[in-house]
Amino acid sequence: MLRTQEYFLNFGPQHPSTHGVFQIILTLDGERIVKGEPVCGYLHRGIEKLAEARTYTQVIPYTDRMDYLAAMLQNLGYVQAVEKLMGIEVPERAEYLRVISGELSRIASHLIGIGVNALDIGAFTGFLLCFREREKIMDLLEELTGSRMTLSYARIGGVADDAPEGWLDRLKKLMDEMPGYIEEYQGLITGNEIFQARTKFIGILSPETAINYSLSGPTLRGSGVNYDLRKARPYGVYDRFDFEVPLGENGDCFDRFLCRMLEMEQSVRIIQQAVEQIKEVDGPVIGKVPKVLKPPKGEVYHEIESSKGIIGYYVVSDGSNKPYRVHVRRPSFINLGYLDEMVRGYLLADVVAILSSIDIVLGEVDC
Amino acid sequence: MAKEKIAPVDEIKQKFGYIEVDEAMTVTVPRDKLLEFMQALKDEFALDYLTNETAVDYPEENKFQVVYNINSIEKGYSLMVKTDVDRDNPELPSVFPIWGGANWQEREIYDLLGIAFTGHPNLKRILLDDQFEGHPLRKDFQWEGGRE
Repeated sequence: MLRTQEYFLNFGPQHPSTHGVFQIILTLDGERIVKGEPVCGYLHRGIEKLAEARTYTQVIPYTDRMDYLAAMLQNLGYVQAVEKLMGIEVPERAEYLRVISGELSRIASHLIGIGVNALDIGAFTGFLLCFREREKIMDLLEELTGSRMTLSYARIGGVADDAPEGWLDRLKKLMDEMPGYIEEYQGLITGNEIFQARTKFIGILSPETAINYSLSGPTLRGSGVNYDLRKARPYGVYDRFDFEVPLGENGDCFDRFLCRMLEMEQSVRIIQQAVEQIKEVDGPVIGKVPKVLKPPKGEVYHEIESSKGIIGYYVVSDGSNKPYRVHVRRPSFINLGYLDEMVRGYLLADVVAILSSIDIVLGEVDC
Repeated sequence: MAKEKIAPVDEIKQKFGYIEVDEAMTVTVPRDKLLEFMQALKDEFALDYLTNETAVDYPEENKFQVVYNINSIEKGYSLMVKTDVDRDNPELPSVFPIWGGANWQEREIYDLLGIAFTGHPNLKRILLDDQFEGHPLRKDFQWEGGRE
């Protein structure tokens, strides 16, 4: 057989398809990937270290800056961890507002996920369409929280504020329209022949490997592993909603993409039920929480299902008003850990498809 | 908030006398028994998903504490396992052969806290620059030019 010389190619750090500043050092044999070494850390800000010098409440805005595409879910994981540490009860109305804003964040994040996935493969229209609906969600979130991306809406013990007048009706209207939009994406992107050819049977991940490598979110469920924390270990009021967990069959790029698409439908279902149920619930949106938070000495680990996967917070308290240690289990970071083996044997062009099917946010990877 | 399911700690304790269990059902395992114990958790108790691995610096007790959070996808329960590492000799066997998910998490701990994991296939810095000196998440880390 003819032997060719292997060569290196720097994919990134400045490359539009890396979704930020991220580098893969590829070893190529012709166009085949022999090895792909991911290099991250370009966006490392030391959030875990910074948190040690902040009070418990002051840490909340930092969590926004990790996965800024689904900021509410990042807030939620942290505040629930602190609540668990202190044994704080959250008012019911706040729980519903958390579910609603969290699921809105999830839809917004998945819209970017699938839109950018299409864009990376060359379908610019799909990207623009997804951004059209994302903008509507951003408007709603801005009205609710005062901010478009870095929401900082969750508070320890509840949420910052109640929904403004008429907001729930506007939300309901958008959620009623959403299935129509999703159908439109399904026709344009999912049903697209070129898109399918580029993603089907590319980057196949077996369920055993996915579990062994601690992958989570649509990356894990695309391989057919039924593990969604909202169902497996319901937190908050998630046990009151009726929804399904979409699963893939082959564990390829297409299945991971489709999981996100179908998850949006389920999120819409959850929000619709929450909007109905919240009507019956009145009362405060924040519980009785002391002005100065001093959790008892101890530690807690709490994890929730974010849009990218499982986000977990490990918080250690030494009894003072600042956390002794905060560690974040970031789904994007751990999902990337298997990238090297995932790209081996595929073509250079497939690297783009595989990377975007994992749906990473570099703010979260580098923390 | 819904109550979390915790792995059958009593059963595990019966089988492995050397572990300690505290009131929060957290298991502490001696450093030299770590690999044997972890392998048994995976094989016998279906704890197949290493969700989180991290470490904390306790300079007053002259130790690092490495924390493992392990879930069972099939059974739906979870377990927190801890082990102490001497601060003067920060070395610990890697659990990478048991759970592949430890790969990058151990590299992160090595990078930020300076605990060396023996048996790890590619132990080098992951977030910070290769030439960076020191390990920022250690409590005695000082960086001139920083605000705090």
